[in-house]
Amino acid sequence: MSGRVKPEDVQVIKKRRDGALRALVGAVPYIQFLGIEFERRGDELTAILPFSNKLIGNPIISALHGGVTASFLEVTSIITLSWGTLWEDLESGAIEVDKMDGEHMPRLPKTIDFTVDYLRSGLPRDAYARATINRSGRRYASVHVEAWQDNRAKLFAQATGHFLMPQRRD
Amino acid sequence: MTDKDKLRIAGQFISALPFSEALGMVLEELSDGIAVIGMPYDAKLVGDPRSGVIHGGAVSALMDTCCGAAVMSHPSNPGGTATIDLRIEYLRAAAPGQRITARAECYHVTRSVAFVRATAQDETNGSPVATATGSFVVEGQR
Repeated sequence: MSGRVKPEDVQVIKKRRDGALRALVGAVPYIQFLGIEFERRGDELTAILPFSNKLIGNPIISALHGGVTASFLEVTSIITLSWGTLWEDLESGAIEVDKMDGEHMPRLPKTIDFTVDYLRSGLPRDAYARATINRSGRRYASVHVEAWQDNRAKLFAQATGHFLMPQRRD
Repeated sequence: MTDKDKLRIAGQFISALPFSEALGMVLEELSDGIAVIGMPYDAKLVGDPRSGVIHGGAVSALMDTCCGAAVMSHPSNPGGTATIDLRIEYLRAAAPGQRITARAECYHVTRSVAFVRATAQDETNGSPVATATGSFVVEGQR
């Protein structure tokens, strides 16, 4: 059969996608300060916040600081949104991973508003979060994000936010 | 106890919260349901590496701490508090290099819930950087 392009080697694809994600996350100092990591399954991202003592807000019960929870949810939303646009540019070849330095990093969405619902206190252990993009328009996006610890079905916090999308230069 | 003593003791309480301490938050004022907390600019808090603007999450942390302090200072003497819900509006980017100061007011308290609003300013006079509204659980009075 002619005319069919041979699929790319899996290692090449993984290297490109994981490299782009690492560059995106690694460029933001506040994400590094909090120690947030991202895991990728295809285009789906899961954020991980490894527990550390500096994240505590209530020393008596060693609960996570409300600001840490809010930050974790907002970081997850912004990276998930940015990853969505980056993914398209990456797969179409518009962006090359090797050229993703400080100058060529995609512009990040800006938070317009963010509402956090604290369902239960954050325990002194690792936390996970996933964001869902409910509206992704040219100007703004609406995102819902959920965070849990031991049990996926028992959220400790959720949030909804609106984000101004970076305008494309073309 | 003088107001100055109260401020000093409450200030020690804020800096005993590890995350508030890590962000360098300092309690500047505290009286009858009103709290003012400052947070210095720090490169580790940057959310947008291109512009050097502080991450919204760090501003949220400041707002949350300040709102909680306002609840605790309310004349009804709550024994403890925890955030139920906090909404933040980011009006403009905080100027890179400038200190951010939040002012929160706990304007109504019932037996179990406290209602708070807050604004955050950088060192540029004029419109706030962010505004917040929140509701907090009130745990047993002292």
